[in-house]
Amino acid sequence: MPSTKLSAVTLPDGTRTDLFIADGVFVDDAPSDAETLDCDGLIALPGLVDIHTHLREPGREDTETVLSGSQAAARGGFTAVCAMANTTPVTDTAERAEYIADLGRRAGLVDVTVIGAISKGLAGEQLAELGLMHTSAAHVTMFSDDGHCLMNPQLMRRALEWIKPFNGVLMQHSQDSFLAGPDACCHESEISGRLGLGGWPPVAESSIIARDVQLAEATGSRLHVCHISTAEGVDVVRWAKARGVRVTAEATPHHLLLSTRELEGYDTTFKVNPPLRTDEHIEAVRQALQDGTIDVVATDHAPHAAHDKDHAFVDARPGMIGLEQALSVVIQTMVNPGRLDWAAVADKMSHLPARIASLTNQGRPIAVGEPANVVLIDPARVAKVDRAASASLSRNNPYHGRLLPDPVEATFLRGAITYRK
Amino acid sequence: MLHLLSIADLSRDEIETILTTAEEMHDVQTRPVKKLPALRGRTVVNLFFEDSTRTRSSFELAAKWLSADAINVSAKGSSVSKGESMKDTLMTLDAMGVDAIVMRHAGSGAVRQAAGWVRASMINAGDGMHEHPTQALLDAHAIRRHLKAHDLGTMEGKRVAIVGDLLHSRVVRSNVLLLAKLGASAVLVAPPTLLPPGVEHWGVDVSYDLDTVLPDVDVVMMLRVQRERMSGGFFPSEREYIAGYGLTAQRLARLKPGACIAHPGPLNRGLEISSPAADAAQSIILDQVSSGVAVRMSVLYHLLAGDPGTQRRES
Repeated sequence: MPSTKLSAVTLPDGTRTDLFIADGVFVDDAPSDAETLDCDGLIALPGLVDIHTHLREPGREDTETVLSGSQAAARGGFTAVCAMANTTPVTDTAERAEYIADLGRRAGLVDVTVIGAISKGLAGEQLAELGLMHTSAAHVTMFSDDGHCLMNPQLMRRALEWIKPFNGVLMQHSQDSFLAGPDACCHESEISGRLGLGGWPPVAESSIIARDVQLAEATGSRLHVCHISTAEGVDVVRWAKARGVRVTAEATPHHLLLSTRELEGYDTTFKVNPPLRTDEHIEAVRQALQDGTIDVVATDHAPHAAHDKDHAFVDARPGMIGLEQALSVVIQTMVNPGRLDWAAVADKMSHLPARIASLTNQGRPIAVGEPANVVLIDPARVAKVDRAASASLSRNNPYHGRLLPDPVEATFLRGAITYRK
Repeated sequence: MLHLLSIADLSRDEIETILTTAEEMHDVQTRPVKKLPALRGRTVVNLFFEDSTRTRSSFELAAKWLSADAINVSAKGSSVSKGESMKDTLMTLDAMGVDAIVMRHAGSGAVRQAAGWVRASMINAGDGMHEHPTQALLDAHAIRRHLKAHDLGTMEGKRVAIVGDLLHSRVVRSNVLLLAKLGASAVLVAPPTLLPPGVEHWGVDVSYDLDTVLPDVDVVMMLRVQRERMSGGFFPSEREYIAGYGLTAQRLARLKPGACIAHPGPLNRGLEISSPAADAAQSIILDQVSSGVAVRMSVLYHLLAGDPGTQRRES
């Protein structure tokens, strides 16, 4: 294991120091064989943790594998990702969870934590084997039917109760499937009406969140709200947190930056679920991330083949990739305008996501004795995003052609360099 | 003009040109021999991802009467279910070297997407709930013929009520744009469940009350209401829909003299329109059909006539 000296690096709290890495952890002095990296002007953040990643393996290895997704994650500054359950087959048994965890270990570029399905086959009818997934070698603590909303409130209640003994968390895709059905593909607004695209109204999100936070309160169990996108949804979470409900929420990079206006040309790259919202919702999400109502940024990295996007807008698959530009978007929308400092970025992209995911070796402080999971960033560098330059196997990159911060210099997982610019 | 995708893309001059040529084309329809040589050697494909009888046959006749070679491709249920992407379907046809593709698709925006993939001229024959530009043009043509026949002047300042399922209608979106460009005003009449979101920004009047609107309009355009909408909760029963929004025999009597009745078809007789209204002397419904062929001849002519070598974009 190589030893490294990060000289004159700036920590999230602004202090400049030298950091020493040996045997995968931070140590208090330079080993004699240490390679020295000049980090003057660079900031060291704890390795980023993404709690919402679609890796597509098994089933759609043409669009992403655990390996290619891990590479994209490392390039984005991540040292841990959480693989969503909607693969083919669905991750709804202990064996399948262990299989994906094993693929992650073999890739070895980020820690891959497995998210299990809440319901068998994501069908929303019967509970998956939540406890057996938890006691498996994959140690599953997070469960989600993401892509589908768990509509049945009784099943939601039972699932919350079932995972309470081991402090699991349910990650809900909040979308009332009656209020926002299969044709809903555009934020319900003047734009959806004019373009003739099926409207996806905010109340379809906020009403499910309202139901779920009350179920979380009644059961005392943990709820996590995926990809919150509306001012109304944010208000409900704020209300629930004030009551002491055990609820956390995530915002995606795309909901922080991109608006419904992107749909004017019917470019299916911008089709995502929940849809891109209008400015007042974007501002509400930014404000909530700033004030802590939204706890974390999570990518909802959703790779798709071109041939699954080259359809009419309503028929195209929803989703966009985001691992490599997540930090770029957070810098652009939250750091540069002065809404978050680097310590807050470390909280929302590393410490808190690790806590939600019950990861003990990720999201740790940069301190002696801690695992050397760290990303070095140059906050001032900008570049035009080129979707062809991605490590992802997919090209559904909504930032293609945009000038964005291009911060990541190098990523270390337990002291080993997993990406270097 | 390379494509016809949306009324929004047309200038008033272009609209006038299309409608003026349509008048000449309309005269051709009354001749015993209807064929003009204008598009000899040009090829038009009707690519319909969604069923249609009248629009498809109208485009087919228009192409044939201009001496173009016209073929019909029914792609219903292809694309997504067969596993071929819409892009592949379009690029395959385009690779055959056709000059124009007349396309209908259930997905809003599909024809605009297609225009980005092909070298042929794309003509929007209806995209989802978005637009149906030739329908709006033929409506304007038929209304102008009615006004002329009754010495009622031009479209300028005329008031047109559009009534029915506006939420799911591509006809209303094209008509609202076109009427504004021709100086007419539109009033949209529908129950709240069938109004598009954001309609208050369209620059038109909106009403829930057909009875108060009818006496003031020069044209009442009734839109088809699909019976399946009942299961979606858009209205409780046919009876209740008719009571509020049907053009019944009683409501017919509220129209002012000279006002005409339009409907893009197909008719749901006894639902949105009663037989006395559909068959009334002031109904222009069949004239809309003949206007359809004339307007589509005009559109094909303006898109395709001229030097074939310069029409298809260079790849």
